Amino acid sequence: MTFPWLTTLVALPAVGALLVALVPTGRDRLAKLLAVGVATLVLLLTIGASLQFSVGGPRFQLTERYEWVGAFGFSWAMGVDGVALALVALTAVATPVVMVAMWHEAEDSGRRPKGFFALLLLLESMTIGAFAATDVLLFYILFEAMLVPMYFLIGLYGGPQRRYAAVKFLLYNLFGGLLMLAAVIGLYVQSIEDGRGTFLRQDLVGIGIPESTQAWLFVGFMIAFAIKAPLWPFHTWLPDAAAEATPSNAAFLSGVMDKVGTYGMIALVLPLFPDASRTFAPVVVTLAVISILYGALLAIGQTDLKRLIAYTSISHFGFIVMGVFALTSQAGAGATLYMVNHGLSTIALFVVVGFMITRRGSRLVADFGGVAQPAPVLAGSLLVAGLSGLALPGLATFVSEFLVLLGTFSRYRVAGVLATVGIILAALYILLVYQRTMTGPARAETAAFPDLRGREVLAVAPLFALLLVLGFFPQTALDVIDDGVGATLAEVGVDDPEPVVPAQAAEGNQP
Amino acid sequence: MTVTALVSSVGAEAALAAEAVAPAEGVFTLTWLLIAFPLLGAAVLLLSGRRGDAWGHVLGTAMPLASFVVAAVLYFALLGRGDEERAVSQQLWQFVEVGDYQVQVGLLLDQLSMAFVLLITGVGTLIHVYSIGYMEHDEHRRRFFGYLNLFVASMLLLVLADDYLILYVGWEGVGLASYLLIGFWQHKPSAAVAAKKAFVANRVGDLGMSLAIMSMFVVFGTTAFAGVLGAAEGAPEGWLVAIGLLLLLGACGKSAQFPLQTWLLDAMEGPTPVSALIHAATMVTAGVYLIVRSGVIFEGAPVAATAVVLVGTITLIIGAIIGCAKDDIKKVLAGSTMSQIGYMVLAAGLGPAGYVFAIFHLLTHGFFKANMFLGAGSVMHGMQDRVDMRTYGGLRAVMPITFWTFAAGYLAIIGIPPFAGFWSKDLIIEAAFGRNWVIGLCALLGAGVTAFYMTRLFVMTFLSDRRWAADDHPHESPWIMTVPLIVLGALSVVGGVLLEFGLPGLPGIEPWLEPVTGFEESPHPIPPLALQLLTLAVVVIGVAIGWQLFGRRPVPTAVPRGNVITVAARNDLFADAANEALLMRPGQYLTRSLVYADNRGIDGAVLGTATAVGGLSSRWRRWQTGFVRSYALSMLAGAVLVVVAMLLVRLP
Repeated sequence: MTFPWLTTLVALPAVGALLVALVPTGRDRLAKLLAVGVATLVLLLTIGASLQFSVGGPRFQLTERYEWVGAFGFSWAMGVDGVALALVALTAVATPVVMVAMWHEAEDSGRRPKGFFALLLLLESMTIGAFAATDVLLFYILFEAMLVPMYFLIGLYGGPQRRYAAVKFLLYNLFGGLLMLAAVIGLYVQSIEDGRGTFLRQDLVGIGIPESTQAWLFVGFMIAFAIKAPLWPFHTWLPDAAAEATPSNAAFLSGVMDKVGTYGMIALVLPLFPDASRTFAPVVVTLAVISILYGALLAIGQTDLKRLIAYTSISHFGFIVMGVFALTSQAGAGATLYMVNHGLSTIALFVVVGFMITRRGSRLVADFGGVAQPAPVLAGSLLVAGLSGLALPGLATFVSEFLVLLGTFSRYRVAGVLATVGIILAALYILLVYQRTMTGPARAETAAFPDLRGREVLAVAPLFALLLVLGFFPQTALDVIDDGVGATLAEVGVDDPEPVVPAQAAEGNQP
Repeated sequence: MTVTALVSSVGAEAALAAEAVAPAEGVFTLTWLLIAFPLLGAAVLLLSGRRGDAWGHVLGTAMPLASFVVAAVLYFALLGRGDEERAVSQQLWQFVEVGDYQVQVGLLLDQLSMAFVLLITGVGTLIHVYSIGYMEHDEHRRRFFGYLNLFVASMLLLVLADDYLILYVGWEGVGLASYLLIGFWQHKPSAAVAAKKAFVANRVGDLGMSLAIMSMFVVFGTTAFAGVLGAAEGAPEGWLVAIGLLLLLGACGKSAQFPLQTWLLDAMEGPTPVSALIHAATMVTAGVYLIVRSGVIFEGAPVAATAVVLVGTITLIIGAIIGCAKDDIKKVLAGSTMSQIGYMVLAAGLGPAGYVFAIFHLLTHGFFKANMFLGAGSVMHGMQDRVDMRTYGGLRAVMPITFWTFAAGYLAIIGIPPFAGFWSKDLIIEAAFGRNWVIGLCALLGAGVTAFYMTRLFVMTFLSDRRWAADDHPHESPWIMTVPLIVLGALSVVGGVLLEFGLPGLPGIEPWLEPVTGFEESPHPIPPLALQLLTLAVVVIGVAIGWQLFGRRPVPTAVPRGNVITVAARNDLFADAANEALLMRPGQYLTRSLVYADNRGIDGAVLGTATAVGGLSSRWRRWQTGFVRSYALSMLAGAVLVVVAMLLVRLP
């Protein structure tokens, strides 16, 4: 029997969470080190699992299946395609980074760090599980369950309005989850009508659901995912949650956890409801374009650093959703790569902003100014993170954003053009905040800012390195991702638009 | 040697497409080093921290110099090949391959990119040397050289890339370097604002670039030069017009052309060597490169080509008018740069009749404008970093080297034979008359206005009476700054002759570029000699007026009120005011009202959601039928239990 890579990746952080929780009170440093150790081990195992993955191999790889409730056809089924693998990898990279960044956050909110780190490990376990699950019910359970640790992370460790934000986060997401539950059950009913009740993704694809039913089920899944992602007009919970959560939690929330929503769209909605996806694609693309522009405009108008980044995320989620529903290979691969890159970029932004907030004791843009003089490395970090947020060519986010735009434009011209306007707005919201916080004469309140410390550099440096490497050499990641996206689009049954006058000589410059 | 013919011959107009591109062999396998040296320099300088302060400027200067040496070697290697075999391609790695979209990171070294590479590395190295002296007392000199190296690497990628997407990477790289360097003294709010403005204006241009590249993919299925330019002739004209106009928008952003021109004047907030290298000699000419490189597209889209000519003509007039009214020496030069690039863009819009002249003028302008910006820096160095020409005067005696080199640049830009600008600008005016009388007259008039404002600058700075402040002690700059001035001054004198006629064994610019850009004699409604004399007469009139107004009577140190045109020109022809009224204010209003609405919407939405959860779940419960109901009920009950539990358990 082969090594159960994926189950191990889910189990290890869960066990780690338990162990961290069992560390005797008072041994805070031990608890933190243990948590980081477990997260690092998960990262190493993820690298090991990735090496097992072969591009061009079976549709799902590293598969495992243990029957759980046979009567329902419910099983613990795991497996990854290129899309899922990329997101598992993102989670594994993000968790230790976030942990290093959040080192003192629990103490700063007057609490013990033990539970803080244990909850994050638990969250990692559930997130990896959701990405790797190939049983729709299992996915649903994890999708819902991960709300619990995040609810406590926001509600216990966050800012002054944390309870309000935590409840709002929970209500919004539970509402979506309930719609999805109904749709999951509906899907199960369809599989029964097809002959055999099952929740297995592979068996559900192509059971021939009538179009009208598909439409209902599509809506059920999509609303849940659109809340999670979040897509306009389901977005208002995110700025509150992100503003009240600690910076590192906000980073994990919008950088990693929300990707479960966009992942659900490409991995479940498209292949399970191909007809409905094609029918509703223009509607979803329209909402996505609104998200892109609306999120960006609101980001420009924000006065609170964390809310600002939350709104940029709404804009970026718009790009991702648009890419998924443009239904072209470039847009699909771009959207998936965007999920990874947005994770890296947004985590970097939240983490750096967190460093600023810790120093100043305020989240308001207006309370900063002239920080570049006492703390040039901090200023440089905000700039690099910001440039990745505005998708500067040379950084990873550019490749994904451009592929999304290109792929969308090749099918939806107007949407492609409107979305491209987003690149101007992105320059505004990033450069304005840099100008207002970092440049100008030094102020009394900021003049004594210490520059980044070793631990802080350790948190952001790997993110910047990955953004650069993926910016210049994206093809390795794209190979893996495209393996999954290509198969998904084949399941939906769409082809890329043909060029108007194909250039035969396209390869002519290659000797 | 295998020479891969790209596509079937498509006539002289589509010269690039017909050009044979050979894979890089022998010495040409070193092409990538051109970019690698400065890129390495930037990485080392920016990551070394204070450890690098002692030697940073030396490394920073050595890197572009190394690139220049490689460029010279490659130039002579290209010379050794036949006219039609001077295009060499080096493929580095696969950048993107998704579906049918393939992008290689590949470099195309041909006569056109070679001309740019020599300009960038040659003038670039001189400006690095100059900066050693100019930035000597700046505590962040290492970082400055790091940014300059980053700029050189990006600019080389821009002109060497053989795919529009890779070109775009270089295109944004130079934009980033420009942003960082304009805002280099970011403790000054004006510098920080100017940097942001430049970046945002460029992003508006990038909107055009992005959409142009996407359109290329839609039309041709590729964004590689070979594929796009090779197939452009057979593409529908509507698409070509769209792509052409979008590329023009990109060029307007980068090259400060109307209507995206205003950022260039603010960009003068950057240290002066930056203005010389980025905002005069190289980066701002990238738009001209883009248009010339994409010539086949504009030839298939006459509407777009006409738009290029119009934009160039309008900008050459706007820039010249602004140059007349400014008292800030750098802003006069910035207006002038805008105007001169207008000439290049105009020429580029004329098609094969103008491409060579556009590049010719681009190169000579690179010499004499870099020369004059560095000269202005030298003046500022001696005048406590002040830029107001009303406080200069009579500097000829105390800064002889700066004076004489600047004089060479002055004579070159106004087009006095045999100085560099004469050759290139006259050709553009001739070609403009060949297209259209009005365009030709504008170009001719522009030459006269140029002569006026440059005379004004020259007289106010170096001649006229001394209007210095009491504590001014102007002095000549150290040798490390004057040596680059002397080299560029010499190029301002002889650069035009060299490029026009070549040397024994070295071809002039026209035979050199023709295999890439094509060349076509434009009609001459006025005999060339007559037009040259006419132009010279207009220039002399411009000089005479300038001398009459500023040389023969004292220059007031207080700013005179000026007439309506002067006031408008001082305010950059109200372009900023227009942007503010049309874009910024409505934009601010829009974001503010959206923020207000979004914040208001929150409570209502939450309340609505809470109600909906309760309502919907009870309805679904009834909706579920059959044996599924029991599962559904249990699951729902579980979910609801969680909700209730969480809401009841009060968070501590």
